[in-house]
Amino acid sequence: MYYIGVDIGSTASKAVIINDSKDKILHKKVMSSGWNSKETSLEILSWIESLGIDRKDASIIATGYGRVSVPYADKVITEITCHAKGACFLYENNMTIIDIGGQDTKIIFVENGFVKDFIMNDKCSAGTGKFLEIMANRLALGLEEMFDFARQGTKINISSTCTVFAESEIISLMGKGTSKPDIAAGVVNSIASKVVALVNRKPHSKHYFLTGGFCASPYMVEELARRLDADVNTHENARFAGAIGAALLA
Amino acid sequence: MDNKQMWEAIGMDVATHDLLCEALPQAFGDVYLSQENRPETMDYFNMVVGDIHGIRPSELIKHQEEGGKVVGSFCIHVPDEAVIAAGAIATGLCSGSQFWVPGGEKKLPTATCALIKASLGARFDRTCPFFRICDLFVGETTCDGKKKAWEILSEDAPMHIMDIPQLKREKDFEKWESEIKDYMVKLEELTGNKITEESLEAAIKIVNDKRRALQRLNSYRKLDNVPISGRDALLIHQVAFYDDPARFTTMVNKISDELEERKQKGFGVADVGAKRIMLTGTPLSIPNWKLHQIIETSGAIVVCEEMCTGVRYSQELVDESGKTKDEMVKNLAKRYLGSINCACFTPNDSRIDDIINLAKEYNVDGVIDLNLKFCNLYDVEGYFVEKKLAEAGIPCIGIETDYTDEDAEQLKTRIGAFIEMLG
Repeated sequence: MYYIGVDIGSTASKAVIINDSKDKILHKKVMSSGWNSKETSLEILSWIESLGIDRKDASIIATGYGRVSVPYADKVITEITCHAKGACFLYENNMTIIDIGGQDTKIIFVENGFVKDFIMNDKCSAGTGKFLEIMANRLALGLEEMFDFARQGTKINISSTCTVFAESEIISLMGKGTSKPDIAAGVVNSIASKVVALVNRKPHSKHYFLTGGFCASPYMVEELARRLDADVNTHENARFAGAIGAALLA
Repeated sequence: MDNKQMWEAIGMDVATHDLLCEALPQAFGDVYLSQENRPETMDYFNMVVGDIHGIRPSELIKHQEEGGKVVGSFCIHVPDEAVIAAGAIATGLCSGSQFWVPGGEKKLPTATCALIKASLGARFDRTCPFFRICDLFVGETTCDGKKKAWEILSEDAPMHIMDIPQLKREKDFEKWESEIKDYMVKLEELTGNKITEESLEAAIKIVNDKRRALQRLNSYRKLDNVPISGRDALLIHQVAFYDDPARFTTMVNKISDELEERKQKGFGVADVGAKRIMLTGTPLSIPNWKLHQIIETSGAIVVCEEMCTGVRYSQELVDESGKTKDEMVKNLAKRYLGSINCACFTPNDSRIDDIINLAKEYNVDGVIDLNLKFCNLYDVEGYFVEKKLAEAGIPCIGIETDYTDEDAEQLKTRIGAFIEMLG
């Protein structure tokens, strides 16, 4: 039997196939979610089939924002539960998960392998991947470049919490001749401070684990660690946490 | 007279109102008629809600044609008994649809709760018959938003304001008694009828019967196999605000009879293992079914609402032993001030006690603390709600939302994850 997790996120879609004894990741795939979740999910199905896996030999759980758009899934489970399960697989059973997603940021408090509580940012893209993406576009930088620039810059304060207003603020900073590295540092700093404010809303474990698209950005990890005054752990597969969790729950 | 003629006759903007009439059947069908195993006796409620701006408004107009008066109010602290005793009809006016919100925003700051905005929008845009028909609008001072909104509403509508105390000391009860007495004088002036000992005693009995019927209905929601969905129970509580009280009581008792049969058979409407959820917080005025719909399509069932549109509406009866009018008014004040634990009071420990007790009585797995966006009172009180529930070991999640559907997907994720967490 193959256990498969399909995580259709707002920005990236991830799929993970694990083995029969649920202890090894056999295959993984990440792709852009595109504009049509259903098409994306069908593309993932073709990928699964291309690996020679028969649908009958697989148990599939869908998660993420597009979880209802995976017609071949056996069940849907929210990304909160799946992320927690996946993070336990990658890290440990008692921790605070920081998941900076494309559309929202989630803090998940895990005790003994189970979700004890969670917080999500409300109706707003401040402190999410979308915020960074918009600001990077404005600076004509790719995300990787954005972090490289940020590391070289001196943090300036971006006072607007609203993405739209922050973008205007950046435009006026550019107009004033503030350097790209300084603005980039300010943007990353803004996200990190929002995320840490969210974390501090509840009593929590100091064992932090970062999942989502930023786990491959050492600068973000360092910034979070500095503000939280503790190590922030992550894993090369951390952006697959949701899909791994879904596969484990399948 | 058909509905359209009636709406035109009371000065409604029929063309705009048609947009609401087009949207409601779809929403009602999606949320209500799609449910399986509904009690058959819900048919009455389907009917009155299906023609919500037709059936009851035409009865109110008929009453006015016969010389009677209609009095609308926005809060469960305002005693319907006084209205009934004066021979008038009482109706609730709280508005639960986004449809009316933009109308309210023409006059009110954006950072005002949707309930207040929708209420003013319904009046000023002339898109709700209840807001056209009422001869008197009774406002109260339960929050700053309402208090100031009544001043704006009074530009267009005849208002009477009741000043609710913010504490529950002896002198506050005396104050509320005097407010009820002033209200009665106002109602006597409006109707030309005297409120007598007999009429007040009879009115107390009518409204208590309604409370008894709702208490009985809610008792069935404590069963392991819950025989009625939270959506249906919510609808009944919403209809309570504007239906004829005696007829409503009869209909609710009919439902309870059917629920009793279901109880004997051990028949429940939820799937085995469905999580039992209690909602607490700000009211859900008709047609606000958003949260219940999300919860009950995510593997859970709502078994209790600690809300004005829930057990708070029917908990505690008015003492029926009063002999003189003064005694009766004292008993009204005792119930309407003492037994309603709104977040407008400080301190409000009794509400927290209610929440913990109800969570145990209804055997709930988790509590959703709902805040209507911009309701400062319930939002701040959420601190104690979450703290005390955590101390009691009862999982709780705070949800802030309004009447729009724009956050529906986010809410599905958060509520879905909360229900999975209970799991």
